[in-house]
Amino acid sequence: MSMLDVRDLVVDYRTPGRPAVRAVAGASLSVAAGEVVGLVGESGCGKSTLARAVCGLVPAGGGAIAFEGGPVTPLGLRRRDPALAKIQMVFQDPYASLNPRRRVGAQIADGLAAAGDRETTPAGMLERVGLPGHMAERYPHEFSGGQRQRIAIARALAARPSLLIGDEPISALDASAQAQVATLMRNLAVESGAGLLFISHDLSVVRLIADRIAVMYLGKIVETGPTAEVWAEPRHPYTQALLRAIPEPDGLGRLPEELPGDVPDPADPPSGCRFHPRCPVAMDVCAEKEPAFGPVACWLHPPA
Amino acid sequence: MTVNDRLDDREDAAPVLSVEGLTVSIGGHEILRGVDLLLRPGRVHGLAGESGSGKTMTGLAALGLLPHGARAGGRVALEGRDLLALSQRDLNAVRGRDIAMVFQDPATSLHPMLTVGRQITEHMRHHLRLGRAEARARAVDLLGKVRIPGPAAAFDRYPHQFSGGMRQRVAIAIALACGPKVLIADEPTTALDVTVQAGVLRLIRSLCDDLGLAVLLVTHDLGVMSAVADDVSVMREGLVLETGPRGRVLREPEHPYTRALLDALPREES
Repeated sequence: MSMLDVRDLVVDYRTPGRPAVRAVAGASLSVAAGEVVGLVGESGCGKSTLARAVCGLVPAGGGAIAFEGGPVTPLGLRRRDPALAKIQMVFQDPYASLNPRRRVGAQIADGLAAAGDRETTPAGMLERVGLPGHMAERYPHEFSGGQRQRIAIARALAARPSLLIGDEPISALDASAQAQVATLMRNLAVESGAGLLFISHDLSVVRLIADRIAVMYLGKIVETGPTAEVWAEPRHPYTQALLRAIPEPDGLGRLPEELPGDVPDPADPPSGCRFHPRCPVAMDVCAEKEPAFGPVACWLHPPA
Repeated sequence: MTVNDRLDDREDAAPVLSVEGLTVSIGGHEILRGVDLLLRPGRVHGLAGESGSGKTMTGLAALGLLPHGARAGGRVALEGRDLLALSQRDLNAVRGRDIAMVFQDPATSLHPMLTVGRQITEHMRHHLRLGRAEARARAVDLLGKVRIPGPAAAFDRYPHQFSGGMRQRVAIAIALACGPKVLIADEPTTALDVTVQAGVLRLIRSLCDDLGLAVLLVTHDLGVMSAVADDVSVMREGLVLETGPRGRVLREPEHPYTRALLDALPREES
């Protein structure tokens, strides 16, 4: 059994006077111990909402999330289920996720205390993420964006998580720091035996670090598979479009291919397959019935 | 005929904008330390570098949009006229007419309370003294050129009624309103999703080819650079380290820093 098992998860956002927005509309995903799963998709597809639901930060409206065999209960007013301390998250913006008024060492020590770890020092954690230990005495503003994200990773790992979640952890960083930080997250998670759910819109980085990839579109996961396989032979037309749109730094001057149309409003999704209005190979059935998932949600690839 | 053949005859075209020894300092800090760039009609010049390298400041200086208290030196010549030496009044006449800019985030660069039509025609009426009807006809035509569906209806809509990609197309239409010779695009696709980015990159490339626009494309993304730029300059700490044709700089970089940038990209070992 997987360490994290998400089954048919539904998350709604409600605003008074407006129709509910179904940000996650029946998504299933699993992460095994020591496995790195990359969750990719474009803005508004629900990938961050899915991650927040897994942490218990937003309540699930339907479906089930099981973590190490137990259910994930939503965050209470003043407390979080102690079992969920084994899920740690690294957020997108290290300028906002670290407390500017506390020394970084003290913030890492919080994580160590949560795990009851009296042996490891904050300085030792900093060294694990490639920063000199003496920097534990410094404040967040004394570090660059890439260094701050390393500190956020050290703080998350200090709590000895069995599941580490990165919600766009590299998108605020310079291009040259992105691959380094992503690789660091992968290595540290795998070394400690934790699973890593890595959420990103940057497919080239996900390709570098993920064992398995899950592609999300408008609240649904449309394709999953081993990273190399999905990359070499994407089956869902959306995955294909996504991969063709990435500009390669090969100096050849090839313009990437665009995917015409806009992502539909999640409050009013299209009938049938959610991708059919933009799909270049849509058939009649696509507008009528939603394709079943496994491992590709497409009428061209019925479940085996 | 390939893209390269088509562009070769443009390589020797006279530069429309030349930046020579541009320096900018703010409060004693040197932000730009002598930048040289040549923009030619019909060519996209990519300016690469990491945050803080001075690439955005170079774009802003070319428009005379320096932050308060900044001191600029050197020359920014638009067809021979030094923009740095112009009075505010003369600069205002050039800005938006001969040289225009597209910013990173169309959600903040567009005015949220004015229709897109109003935002496009404002420049035309001011700079070109066009009448209301003529300006409208031209704006609708422009909205069509940047491939906004239903341009006549789009004219009366507000920015929030468009998606991110469409908003950036509107921002490009505004920049093109007075038929500028130079377009400065500062990370124009960084806020967009990759499938939407592809469309905007194709648009910028075709505008450059069809209208003979000289484009300065500021981006940290070497993939974007490789897709649309003809020439590439790499900046670090206020200096241009390397300039050359796209293929040469990205495939056989001469400067170790360019090589380091390329090596840092997540690519499979080949």
